[in-house]
Amino acid sequence: MTFEVQVKNINKHFGNFKASDNVSFDIERGKLIGLLGPSGSGKTTILRMIAGLETPDSGDIFIGGRRVNDLPPGERGIGFLFQSYALFKHMTVFDNIAFGLTVQKKSKAEIKKRVEELAELIGLKDFTQRYPLQLSGGQRQRVAFARALAPNPELLLLDEPFAAIDAKVRQELRGWLKHTIHKLGITAIFVTHDQDEAVEVADEIIITNRGRIEQAGVPVEIYQSPKTPFVAKFIGESVQVPDYTIFKGFDEYESHAGILRPEFLEIAAAIEEMPQPMPVTTEKGIVLGTYFRGSVIQIDIEVKGQLLRGFRGLEQTPLHEGDEAFVFIHKIYGFDGDKTQVIENAAKRRESVII
Amino acid sequence: MFGKNDVIPGRHLTLGITMTFVSLFLFIPLAAFVLFASGMGFEKFFTAVTDWRNVHAYGVSFFCALAAGLINAFFGLIIAWVLVRYDFRGKKIMDALIDLPFALPTAVAGIALTTLYAQNGLLGKFFYSIGIESAFSPLGITIALIFVGIPFVARSVQPVLKELDPQLEEAANLFGANNRTIFSKIIFPELLSPLLTGFALAFARGIGEYGSVVFIAGNMPYETEIAPLMIMTKLEQFDYQSAAAIAIVMMVLSLTILLGIHGWQSRQLKKIGGVVNA
Amino acid sequence: MRESIWLKRFLIFVAASFLFVMLIMPLLLVAKEALARGVDFYFKALTDEFALKALYLTIEATILAVVLNTIFGLASAWLLTKFDFCGKTFLGSLIDLPFAISPVVAGLFFIMLFGRMSPLYPILQENNLAIVFAVPGIILATVFVTFPFITRELVPVMESQGRSEEEAAATMGASGWTIFRRVTLPNIKWALGYGIILCSARALGEFGAVSVVSGHIRGKTNTLPLHIEILYNEYNFTAAFAVASILVFLAIIILILRNLVERAGKDVAEEKFSTDDKSSDTPKLNSPPKVAPQV
Repeated sequence: MTFEVQVKNINKHFGNFKASDNVSFDIERGKLIGLLGPSGSGKTTILRMIAGLETPDSGDIFIGGRRVNDLPPGERGIGFLFQSYALFKHMTVFDNIAFGLTVQKKSKAEIKKRVEELAELIGLKDFTQRYPLQLSGGQRQRVAFARALAPNPELLLLDEPFAAIDAKVRQELRGWLKHTIHKLGITAIFVTHDQDEAVEVADEIIITNRGRIEQAGVPVEIYQSPKTPFVAKFIGESVQVPDYTIFKGFDEYESHAGILRPEFLEIAAAIEEMPQPMPVTTEKGIVLGTYFRGSVIQIDIEVKGQLLRGFRGLEQTPLHEGDEAFVFIHKIYGFDGDKTQVIENAAKRRESVII
Repeated sequence: MFGKNDVIPGRHLTLGITMTFVSLFLFIPLAAFVLFASGMGFEKFFTAVTDWRNVHAYGVSFFCALAAGLINAFFGLIIAWVLVRYDFRGKKIMDALIDLPFALPTAVAGIALTTLYAQNGLLGKFFYSIGIESAFSPLGITIALIFVGIPFVARSVQPVLKELDPQLEEAANLFGANNRTIFSKIIFPELLSPLLTGFALAFARGIGEYGSVVFIAGNMPYETEIAPLMIMTKLEQFDYQSAAAIAIVMMVLSLTILLGIHGWQSRQLKKIGGVVNA
Repeated sequence: MRESIWLKRFLIFVAASFLFVMLIMPLLLVAKEALARGVDFYFKALTDEFALKALYLTIEATILAVVLNTIFGLASAWLLTKFDFCGKTFLGSLIDLPFAISPVVAGLFFIMLFGRMSPLYPILQENNLAIVFAVPGIILATVFVTFPFITRELVPVMESQGRSEEEAAATMGASGWTIFRRVTLPNIKWALGYGIILCSARALGEFGAVSVVSGHIRGKTNTLPLHIEILYNEYNFTAAFAVASILVFLAIIILILRNLVERAGKDVAEEKFSTDDKSSDTPKLNSPPKVAPQV
């Protein structure tokens, strides 16, 4: 397996603030990677260190097998897309895209050919004589994308590429960017704080928190088996309970805090609605509120003094605030120190043994 | 439409105060001047304007102010650059000092500079020894105008340079652009507009400047008389018409410079699609 | 862009030398020349009857100009930022006009208005009112040249603050004066202070305009800058520099005040900044601070 990017034991401080704490990861060639984390988690710093815009205090960075720590940004063979695009507003779209090639003193004809090619790629063929301020947000992002790609980089780095675009266009651009990056076969890393964006666009996700890497992997895997409490809370919707052993089916475990996703809950208006209508494993609760969420209805329900959250289908009997309802908990993410494990309802396992 | 639907009170009161002040201090004096100037007839106006001694005075004012403006544009850019980009001892003092010409009365600057650059002055000694007349000459006038114009360029470039997105330079850096390319292609175009604003302000101020110049100029007819001095001279001779005629030429000059630069900036902004300030 | 250390040093050296020659040396020279004939002579020059009278007139004109311009500045900034009306842009440019006019020409305006060729002249004569070549003329000319200063500082600040706070206060039934005192003033106080400092500096040192309208009457219509001119033209250099040193002293105080006000404004602005969420329309750092109304 060839790694395009290898980051080994990187540390970086800004004053007393630890932006990177022994960060290591490898990225395969041709993959589109999302660096996901809350703001201040150190994700942009990692990106900037790979680009050479920041220098790590210690550790090594390899791009294409070559150690690049001492190389200036211009010699690392990367393209960088800035959050605010950093387009040169005094230059036309053509000159912006051509900038990297002009610096490399490429011939006029070659530059013209490459710029036209890229303008075609980003669908702005007729806009090359415009200035950046005359373009829409989405168009500017595509120009910045083309500018970063112009010198044929091996690696493309994108810092919050969709942050400055309004919601509707963002959806469209996400698809376009993913498709285009795959079409070009280039390796790309993008930074985002938006989990939906990371899940939708990235082949693999690296989750950062407080300067450390919490977990890396494909989105489904991270969603289904979060390795740390942070990941469990950060990815997907969830509610936290201080002690999950109060619930039926979990009472034989040690006392620990836990996290429940809405889909871990079965909420029924009557006990007959349950897939396994067994009173011993079913909790009773009072509905605190119902919220229409488009394809489902969110139910906030109080069980044994705990607020739990689950979904019900639109076609099911409607529940109302104050109604009594039945709750079955399939599984819980239990915490043990900074490890997370999936705990199944004991009743379910027993049943499967009986069957 | 007359403020019936205002949520915030005070429209009539502030309008009243503003219009009273504007009328008393701007409109009426301006109107008196226009009335007087328009009463003098074209022929008299033309004779006064084209009087060779006056023409020479506009020329001295214009070219000395132009030279001082250019010199200030150059040094002002360096000063702004140094203050925004570098850290060094005495930086805060330097930053505060730039405004001295705004705070120091021009007459004080005038006598100090004259003494400094006169033949037996501290700096004058040096200039005169190499055959340069640094006082009572167009050079002296230019020196005084440099003094009054120092803050304009530095203060208009400084905030723009400070707010300049560092990502622009990083972007250029990522393509391997060298310092000269980054400065000339990326940074300078961004600074051009404030640089011109500062230059225009210093230039226009220089044309009208009197206090700091009158001491060092020497005021020799056809040599170092400046336009504002000609107005003073005409007033002392009770030749109000000539004074008004010279004043009109000066106002036309300053307004042309200011509006010219403003027009250029608006066109430039429009070209690149920016928002034009009203 | 990373410059070499030598380029950095060179640029700092160029900037520092330029400012040393152009700004510091004149200041040092004033001090040196003022004390050229000893301390006793220095104090004698300062306490000279005409010097003191000139000082009083300068202070009088400065205070009046500042007070009048503060009233005007607040009113016009309120008008320009809180209401919409046609001719707003025009009014804004009109207020800026004195910046584009030479002070000598400004003085000329008042000569044309009140001088002997003016239609008002006979009326003034009859009532024994002297305006030009008298104290009122000096004050008028000073107000004219400092006219835009306070408005110019206030308008951008009040513009960036928007109208919502005042509107909120108005909907809760606050009177105009209460809104101004409790809501607007705390938001603009540093900008106002800044404008007042600039206005005082200019008023203290105004030469051209005052020179035209004063008539140079010793002990009557002479401000400090004009008094310096007279002393200098009489070759009484040491006395001229002694009087000039007062103005240098005032200029330095103004610079220090200016910096303090600017820093105070910036500190509060930054404090606010750090607690605020980043939003697209946050005010610029150098815009004035926002503080809670003081009771």
